[in-house]
Amino acid sequence: MQPLYIIILGSLIASCCALLGCFLLLRKMTMLGDAIAHAVLPGIVISYIVSGERDHTAMLIGATVAGLLTTFSIEFLSKKIKLQQDAATGVMFTGFFAIGVILISLFANKIDLDQDCVLYGEIGYLGLYNDAFIPIEIWRMLIILGLIITFIVLGYRQLLMTTFDLAFASSVGIMGALWQYLLMGFVSLTTVASFESVGSILVVSFLIIPPAAAYLITHSLQRMLIYACLIGIIGAISGYYLAVFLDSAIAAAMSVACGVELILIFIYVKLWKERVLSKAVY
Amino acid sequence: MTYIDFLLQNIHHVYIGIILICTASAIVGCFTFLRKRALLGDTIAHASLPGVCIGFIISGTKHPVYITLGAFSTGLLSAYLVDYIVNKSKLKSDVALGIVLSIGFSVGILLLTSIQHSNNAAQSGLDGFIFGKVASLLQSDVMIMAGIAIAVIVITILFMKEFVLISFDPSFAKSIGLPYEKIEFLLTAITVLTIVIGIQTIGVVLMAALLITPSAIARFWTDRLSKMIFIAIVASIFCGIMGAYLSSQIPNLPTGPSIVMFLSIVALLSFVFSPNKGIVYKYLLKAKNNQKILEENILKTIYQLGEANKRFDAYFTKKDILEKKIFQNFQLNKGLKQLKNKGYLIQSDESWKLSKEGKIKGQRITRLHRLWEIYLTQFLHLSPDHVHDDAETIEHLITPEIEDKLTELLGYPKVDPHQMEIPYKD
Repeated sequence: MQPLYIIILGSLIASCCALLGCFLLLRKMTMLGDAIAHAVLPGIVISYIVSGERDHTAMLIGATVAGLLTTFSIEFLSKKIKLQQDAATGVMFTGFFAIGVILISLFANKIDLDQDCVLYGEIGYLGLYNDAFIPIEIWRMLIILGLIITFIVLGYRQLLMTTFDLAFASSVGIMGALWQYLLMGFVSLTTVASFESVGSILVVSFLIIPPAAAYLITHSLQRMLIYACLIGIIGAISGYYLAVFLDSAIAAAMSVACGVELILIFIYVKLWKERVLSKAVY
Repeated sequence: MTYIDFLLQNIHHVYIGIILICTASAIVGCFTFLRKRALLGDTIAHASLPGVCIGFIISGTKHPVYITLGAFSTGLLSAYLVDYIVNKSKLKSDVALGIVLSIGFSVGILLLTSIQHSNNAAQSGLDGFIFGKVASLLQSDVMIMAGIAIAVIVITILFMKEFVLISFDPSFAKSIGLPYEKIEFLLTAITVLTIVIGIQTIGVVLMAALLITPSAIARFWTDRLSKMIFIAIVASIFCGIMGAYLSSQIPNLPTGPSIVMFLSIVALLSFVFSPNKGIVYKYLLKAKNNQKILEENILKTIYQLGEANKRFDAYFTKKDILEKKIFQNFQLNKGLKQLKNKGYLIQSDESWKLSKEGKIKGQRITRLHRLWEIYLTQFLHLSPDHVHDDAETIEHLITPEIEDKLTELLGYPKVDPHQMEIPYKD
């Protein structure tokens, strides 16, 4: 059963990240997603230390606060004190992540997190520690996926408008900042929920690669969302077998599999374009 | 040789290594910062991890030459891949950076865990590249790192003029016939080299901080490039030494993150307290400006009250003032008190009148307001009922020189569009 659980969990995380990643990509905020995925670490660790155990509610709150704080401080640095956006992102997320790693090292005896787990998680141990028929991680991810889908379905119009035409959105009374922070809140929430299982690498990869691949092959947002999910899920499945084959970290293999998909799609688009162009010439 | 001697020697060369790396990365970082490519450093750092693993797989040892070469080649490749993706597809640069970063790093972790599971005894410590491993640096590692760092510093000094040119004005650099591609390649190559030696100390995840943060700090203290590079180097070396020292004193405190923590603290302090650009300075400037506007508005209002009563030596109450113009009560109180202290107002019980200086100032603001209204109606052909709000803002900004020009341009008019007399200096 375990391979199946791992693949299911991987696919769920892939779908969550891919959906959110599409909006990040279209808003040119991809690197902000990367930054948040790193910066939630101190939030997670602090709530670990404060609550003294793996209290998931505390962790979710801690990480979401850290994620929103990162978004807010990057916005603040770039808008209010005019530090260029890329530098603001770089300064903030490395600072947050460093604090997280330091806390992990200092409180190593109190918390069962280590530096490796932060990066590539322990999806391989999924369900080994409890006897439930379906591991709790899967339920948790399923709930978050439900929340994200509800969020996108209910707020589709607002998300669409604030993404493509912020000026128009604000002129019809949609608050751009609110939707931005809601989106970032969901990114933080997904990051932390998938954190233990897959670590920060896979979250970042799933946030970036499937949406980028989907963006290459369609012009419609709805299709892009669906394609991104599919690409992420295929990556999760093939990545698992790649990891078994290479005897390596599962999360990293899933991410590499997504990368291979992206490369294939990239080549396909290039060839297809050339064919269309050569036809147009003759 | 006793253990203590060994330790001393070890610490000694670790510090030399850190100082050189901090210097090189601060210099190179200033250029990546100015070219708005701060996050490219992050991508290159992550993408050099697979190179580290490939170097190990090919050579079978952790000899720094192979590792450095491997990391350099994939690092350089990643920099060009980002450009390639941006040029050849519709993906924007932030996505390209993210793609190369995440795929590169994942391949690195894939190879790393694969090597670890292969039970090769030589591999232990390879994962030190992820978070850095300053304390276990050997003298031979430091020699190579120092050599590269010095080479980077020398190259930057030799090509300073060209690097500055392509950072600030690429099209001008091209137009005067500079070999743009070659210089850009050189700059990218030394950036990658710096990152490659940096990751051995600070780790791939946090290497970006060593490039970006010192230059971001320096940018807040100066507008000159030479000073910026100097400040970045000083800040970087200071934080490097402090971080390394602290981590040698506190057990379990990793060096890389500790250096980054110091850098972040210095950065935050700079953002808050630096002159001209810091938050505190900007806040004070804004508060001072608001104060000036408030005072000028009160003087103007009392002047206009006097004008309406045809008596400038009359006393007016707060109620009179508020009927003429809306102020928030606490602000009015504050403004009146300060104007009294500055000698612009004279108070008697709960009413105020203008002093001589106060009258001159109130008169001037009124004059500027009305002159601007005339200017807008005459030169921009706005209707008289649309010009008040604009004049309300501009009256606080016009300098005496502009005032003279404006008066001359309008030909010393007598009345404004609302038929109010323009009060000239007596």
